[in-house]
Parts: sequence; structure tokens; C-alpha cells
Amino acid sequence: MSGAATDLALEVDGLIISYRRRGQTLRVVSDVSLEIRRGEAYGLVGESGCGKTTVAMAIMRYLPENAVVEAGRIVFAQSEDLLRASPAKLRALRGDRMAMVYQDPGSALNPSLTVGRQVAEVYEYHRGLSRRDAREAAQKMLRQVQISDPDRVVRRYPHELSGGQQQRIMFAMALATDPDLLVLDEPTTGLDATVEAEVLDLVAQLRAEFKTAILFISHNLGIVARLCERVGVLYAGRLIEEGPAQELFADPRHPYTLALLRCVPRLGMRKDSHRLDPIPGSLPPLGTAAINACVYAPRCPLARERCRAEPPPPYAVAAQRSTRCFFHEEVPAIAPSDRGAAQAVEANQPVLLEIEHLVKTYRSTGTAATVVADVSFAVRRGEVLGLVGESGSGKSSLAKCIVGLIEPTAGRIALDGATLSHAAAGRDPALRRELQMVFQNPDTALNPSHTVRHILGGAVRLLSGLREKAKVERRIAHLAASVRLRPQHLDLRPGALSGGLKQRVAIARAFAGAPRLVLCDEPTSALDVSVQAAILNLLAELQASQSVAYLFISHDLGVVRYLADRIAVMYLGEIVDIGPAASVFNPPHHPYTEALLSAMPAISEGERRARIKLHGTIPSPSNPPSGCRFHTRCPRYLGDICRDQVPPWQRDAAGHLYHCHIAPSDLARLQPAAGKQRTVEPRGAESKERS
Amino acid sequence: MSVAEPLAPVEETVPRRRAGELLRPLLRSPTFLVGSAILAFWVLDAIFWPAIVPQDPQALNVAQTLKPPSPAHWFGTDDLGRDVLSRTLAGASSTLTVAPAATALGLLGGTLLGLVTGYFRGLVDDIIMRAVDSLLAFPLIVIAVLVLAVLGPSVINVILVIAFVFTPIVARTVRSAVLGEREREYVSAAKLLGKSSAAIMFGEILPNITGPLAVEVTIRLGYAIFTSATLSFLSLGIQQPSPDWGLTISLGRAFLQLAPWIVLFPAAALATLIIAVNLVADGLRQAFEE
Repeated sequence: MSGAATDLALEVDGLIISYRRRGQTLRVVSDVSLEIRRGEAYGLVGESGCGKTTVAMAIMRYLPENAVVEAGRIVFAQSEDLLRASPAKLRALRGDRMAMVYQDPGSALNPSLTVGRQVAEVYEYHRGLSRRDAREAAQKMLRQVQISDPDRVVRRYPHELSGGQQQRIMFAMALATDPDLLVLDEPTTGLDATVEAEVLDLVAQLRAEFKTAILFISHNLGIVARLCERVGVLYAGRLIEEGPAQELFADPRHPYTLALLRCVPRLGMRKDSHRLDPIPGSLPPLGTAAINACVYAPRCPLARERCRAEPPPPYAVAAQRSTRCFFHEEVPAIAPSDRGAAQAVEANQPVLLEIEHLVKTYRSTGTAATVVADVSFAVRRGEVLGLVGESGSGKSSLAKCIVGLIEPTAGRIALDGATLSHAAAGRDPALRRELQMVFQNPDTALNPSHTVRHILGGAVRLLSGLREKAKVERRIAHLAASVRLRPQHLDLRPGALSGGLKQRVAIARAFAGAPRLVLCDEPTSALDVSVQAAILNLLAELQASQSVAYLFISHDLGVVRYLADRIAVMYLGEIVDIGPAASVFNPPHHPYTEALLSAMPAISEGERRARIKLHGTIPSPSNPPSGCRFHTRCPRYLGDICRDQVPPWQRDAAGHLYHCHIAPSDLARLQPAAGKQRTVEPRGAESKERS
Repeated sequence: MSVAEPLAPVEETVPRRRAGELLRPLLRSPTFLVGSAILAFWVLDAIFWPAIVPQDPQALNVAQTLKPPSPAHWFGTDDLGRDVLSRTLAGASSTLTVAPAATALGLLGGTLLGLVTGYFRGLVDDIIMRAVDSLLAFPLIVIAVLVLAVLGPSVINVILVIAFVFTPIVARTVRSAVLGEREREYVSAAKLLGKSSAAIMFGEILPNITGPLAVEVTIRLGYAIFTSATLSFLSLGIQQPSPDWGLTISLGRAFLQLAPWIVLFPAAALATLIIAVNLVADGLRQAFEE
């Protein structure tokens, strides 16, 4: 837009793409125009189905057979219109001057070639290097993407590397030829928070070394805010708002952007003080991009006659900022919906669930993996205990032991003082009914062959003991209403419902009787953020109205911080940190908690903390480290004591317990930022690195 | 619940009809349409043959033996002067009784075994599946011949024998489908509700494996037709003077040089039926894969 037009790495102009499916033509990208300057990072954000990956695929010319580019130009480096380039020209450009990193590195790497070979091939094909030179260049490149011990890693096959390392290899391949354009399609989705943060650090650092323009595609606003200078927001195939990242997130001028920002739980938001603001309605169906109106009008609080009659043109609202909203001047004045928050449950309730020395060991020939190692904790009546940790920390195994889906090896589980037998089959049916679970993936948690009415009816009969048909029907109607399902939804099968609706049905099923404790295993991780907010509100509301306790498992610290009364942090099968929600994160005590918190991508500068880097990945539970299990990755490693001695439980004034050799009084000295979470710290602050 | 949010909007559903989803690709598949048309012809013929045969298939005519096809006898006559067209049309009924009955029994046994082994795993699975493996190591026709030689030839025995050899094959298919389904969270959810194992196997898992089951049924039906014809051919099944195709082919062999039409037409009929069933199976499989 400005005078720097001579410096464009990529220019997309008026792009229109449709998919042909079963004789229909569905428009998925409509009139998208964007520019990326040399060395600039441009973030393209949007929820699932908004067309962001289609745009990326069009730029790489990797669109599937049934996609039709109806109009538009994609000009690369101010010379080549990629949409008209010959196959030979495209082959020469791809992997050389433009490269892409995909979401799932495990499937993007060839499993039958060593990673060194795969990186070396890029040099052989595009630089014409000999095999030997290519191998050396590959090793050098691996060093640049911070792979430790590259001489050994080059001989490994992809499956021998962790997800984070695989993604580094992908970056090494993409950057091998120092391309002009790098397309990153959700490169950290599916990685653990600490690994994700590492990969993002790498991207930030590589940007300084390579003058590559980046198109960063993500559904995570926090990541984009952290990495990109400019951001475009896609909704239903249209670029509805664009501008510099910080300005756009601080002062959104499209109702969708504003709503998206408001439905993410932020620092300081708690279920008893703030209600999340979900976006009404649901994501538009595929093909909505074609309508001759504003695509967001059905969900928009500002929508008027005009919005439904013509599509809004881009309005320039400030320097380098544009928005497609007729009433963009009114956007900052949209008030957050002022609905009261859920009631807090009174403190000091009696203990409901008690776990003592729970152990789960999986044995197979020769090895034994202890995934839950001597865990003890209690959940009080009506309390939400948040359980966080990386994948492989044993959170899900712990939950399954509690509900009886798997049998623990040792330990005691007691509900209301009554010990539960390990196998679900041996438990008193009355006690068993009081423990229910909401699963992670709503797509598989509901039987696809049954209607919603059948699913809920079965649960009502089994959990509440009702037999009479009319009573069962009344209970089903009541349940459906309490999770905001319409009567029409009852006669549909799960395949006809959106992800959010499916999760509502799953929640209704768990509440069919009168549960005392509901285990929520990542209940929102498969949902889009605008849907997640509604589900979290629902869970908070049900918890308050029915005084149910939750064991809420999540990898999303923001969600846990919002919903939980107390938080437990798990690492390698052990609880390392447990305490009231207010004090576990504020300030963090255990070094692992501190690292998890620092890895959390935050949207605004004020929430960002100094990055605390962890070394390597979570060790195997079949061979856990001696002493403190976290010592191999700990940023505050003290020395031999951590390696040789199991750390004691430390207790601080707020009743917060953590498993570490560092006492609370010493910790305050080590954490200069502790207690002042809102201070802005430089991004690269690495003073806390292991010495 | 004073803070009620509005109900979820009706339009928050994905417009999709399940039955239509499956039917539409089927109706557009020429494979499936041609197969089911031929199959329908033979099924109708097997039921209504007494009304459509030009002559009594058993009526002897010593004056008209081994006559080639002519306007009077379109498919010619056999060594006893019986009308080959009438016998071919009448022969469908025995095949289309034995084969579906045997398939249904085999399916029942196989589904039960497959559900139990796939759902419970462990020792039950190990024992039953090893037995199945060893059974499958023998050529099926050898087992069938062996059993029929002991039991004696009869229609009921043919049905039982085919069902017996099909059970392990169906059990394997069902077991592998169950293994995939039992890991899904809806099975865990059903366990948490306290549903019994039988309720989970039949009420939750079975409805979700109907796809592979339907494909397996059509494939087995084709084999059952083939196997029953083979057993008739070996005189281990249906006995004379039935117009059964396998039996007719076996007896007509003696006149192959002199009067090939006696064998040719029942053989062609058998072939079209088996091909039709296989076309239906292919069509179904493609529809489920889509």
C-alpha cells in the first residue's frame, strides 16, 4: 500500500477459489487480496473452515483436483504470476525460492529415509551440490535450526525423533535454500505448549538470520500476535480485517475480530467474576463466501438491513488498516454482553474424592512403564480441580483410573469416604453413577448410529433409574434445555451436529443422573475458540447450579486458570505442584509450572512473561530420571541434590504445595519477576537459562 | 440458571441425510445397478418359476431327446427330452435357497464370534482366533467334502456345512471392525453408564459395523452360490431329478460333445448370478468407502 511497493515478496490479488463437490460448486475463498513485503511476517488467522489453508495451498499451487481458481492473481517476487506458471517453472520455484512447513511433521517427512538424507536432497536438487557437499550443508543447517547433536541426528529416521525435532527438520528443509517466501501452516498445532514455544522461538530467531517473508497461518491469536507484524483475519473465505498485529488486536474494527478476542479467557478472568462472551450462532457452512451480503451478518450485533443486502467493501480505518464492515466506527462501542457470572461454590466443603498413593504401571515383556507414580490428592464437594501437564504426563491415565476404565496397579480411590474397587465392574452401581466423564473428542464420544434422544434416553434410564416412558421423556427434554439444545436436535444423529452441539450432548449425557464428580478430559481442545467459550460457560453454570465437582484436565492453562478453584500440575506421572488457583500461577512456584506458564502464547504484550526454556522433551516413563524427575529439564537445576534426592513437599503461606528442593523463601530471590506478572519483559530474556 | 444463554440455533446443524448419503452414490454406480438388476431377475425367477416356465421341467419326452435349440425348445432338450429352458429357469430356486440360508447362518455365527473376540480380547480371543486360523488353513472345499461324506448328502447338510466354513471368515472381518470401534470414546461412555457387555456389543458397536458387514454378506453370498453348485456337481448336495444347475452341469457332462446346450445354459445362468452378486458387492464397497 505504501511506497515500499517495490519490495513485495508476495502479492495476492482478488483471489476467488471454489471447490466442486457432488455436482455443486462451493465458493470457499472470495476476493482475498494481501501483500507481504520482503522479510515481513504476515499472520492469517481464522477458525476452521474459513479458507486459510486453501489460500496457502493456492499460493504453493498445491490445490486439490476439485478446486477451481475462478479469478485472481498470485504474484511472486513481483515477477511471476504463480497461477499461470508452467509446471517446470513451479518445480524450480518450490523448495527453492518458496517453501512450506506443514501442520503434521510426522506425515510430511518420508519415513523410509534418514532425516539427514532428506535435508541433503534439497541441496542436491536445487543447488546441484554433490552428495558429500550436500551432507555437510545439511549438517550445518541442522545446527542452525538448533538441533542438538546434529552429527547423530542426521542418521536417524523420522520416527526416532520427537515432534518438536521433526518440525525443526522441516524448517531445515524449508530454509535450506534461503527462500524468499516461507508458508507456515499451523506449524505448532499438535505440539505440546513447551515444544510449541521452542518452535516459535526458533521461527523468531530464524527470521533474524534469513530475510524470508513469512505467511503464518494459525487459529491461535496469541501465536500470531507474538510473531507477526501484520495480521489478516479470515472469516467464511473473506478477509474481513487487516492491519498491524498489535494495533489490530488492541483496537479491532470488525465485530468478528472483537468477538474472537473477547471469547478467549484472559489473565485475571475467573468463572466467578467474568462470563466468557461466546459468539452467537455457529461457523457458516462451506460455500457461504459466495453470498451477496456480509458473511458475518447472521452473528453480528451491529447487523442491519444494509449488511444483508450487499457485501461491505474494504474501508481504510487507519494507516495500513482496513476492515470490511459498514459500521466499523461503531465496533469499539460494542459492549461486552453483561450477563452475571456463575456463583462461586463456598469454600471448606467436605472432601468428595480422595486419591491415595495411586500407581498405574503398564507391563510388557521386559519393560514396565509407570505412567501414574504415587499420586495423592483430594477433590472437595463442588470444587473444580484443574489438572495440567504436557502429553505423556499421565493426566488421562489418572482420569481413567478414577472412573474405572482402566485398573490402577496400586493405591486407594475413595468417594465420600467409601473405597472404590479398582475395576469398574466391582464398584457399587450407585457410586459408579456418581462419577461421569466428558471426553476430549465429541466426534467419537457419541455413537454415530444413535439419535440424540436415544443417547440421552439410555443415559437417563441407567443413571437416574427412571423407567416410565413419560418421565424419561420429560427428563430428556429438561437435560436438552439445560445444555441449550433445541427439541429439533433430539431426533438428529451426531453426524448432523456441529462439534459444539455434539459436546453439549456429551455433557448432557454426563449429567443425566445426579453426578457428584465429572471428569472433563480436554473437553474443549477439539473445538474452535468461539465455540469453546460457550462450552466453558455451560460447564461453569452446571457446576454452580448442581454443585458438581470437576476434575478438569487441559493443556490450555488459560482455560484451567479461568475455570479451576484449585490446580494440580503433573509431570511424568507425579503431581509436582498443587494449590489454590490464585496462587499456583501467581506467582508460579515449581520450575515446571513456571516454564509451562511462560510458554503460553498471550495476545497482548502485557500478559507475556519471560520465556523459560525447557531442555529436551519429557523422558520415557519406563526409565524415569533419578531424584527429582524433572531435574533433566529443570531451568533451576541446583546440582547433585536434584539428581540424587527425591525433593520434599514445600508449603507456602497460601496453602500451596510443590515438590522441589527450592524453599519458598529462596524462590522469591530466584524469581525477580515473581508477583509482578504484568511487567513487560524483553522477548529474548534468557537470564534464567541453566548455567 | 438465571443466566441462561439463548438456545443453540437450529442452523447449527450440518445438512446431511445419512440414508440418502449412502443411497445416492449407489444409484449412480452402474456396477451396482447392473448387478442388482440381474440379481433381481434371478430372485424373481426363483420365486415365480412355476408361472413362467414354458413346460414342466420334469416332463419326459422320449421322442425329443438331445434336440438342439429350436423355436419349440429355445435352449434345446436333454437326454431325457426335458426342456432345458424350463429346467434352467427352475434351477435357480434351489441355489437361491441354499446360498442365502447358508450365508445367513454363517453371518450369524461369524458376527457372534467376531463381536465376542474383538470386544473381550484376552484369552477368549486367543483361543477362538487360533482355532479360526487353523480352520482357515484348510481349503474350504476339502472341509465341506469331508463333512458331507460323513454326514451324508442332503440340502440341510449343505447349508450347515457352508455356514460352518463361512463362520470363521466372517468372524475375522467382524473382529477387525470391532477392534477399531471398541477404542472409540462412545464405548467408554457406555461403560461409565454401567451398560452390560452384551448391550455394548449389540446396541453400541454392532450398528456401527453394518458397512463392512453388508459388504461381507454380498461377497459371502457369491461364494455360497459357487460352493453349493460345486457340491451339487460333486453329487454331495441336491439329488436327482432336481433341475439344480450344479447337478445338471455334472450330469450333462456325458453329452458335452453331442449336446453342449445341456451344460452351456445352466452354466451361463450360474455365471450371471455369481457375477451379479459380485457387482453388487463391489458397488456397496465403493459406496461405503466414499
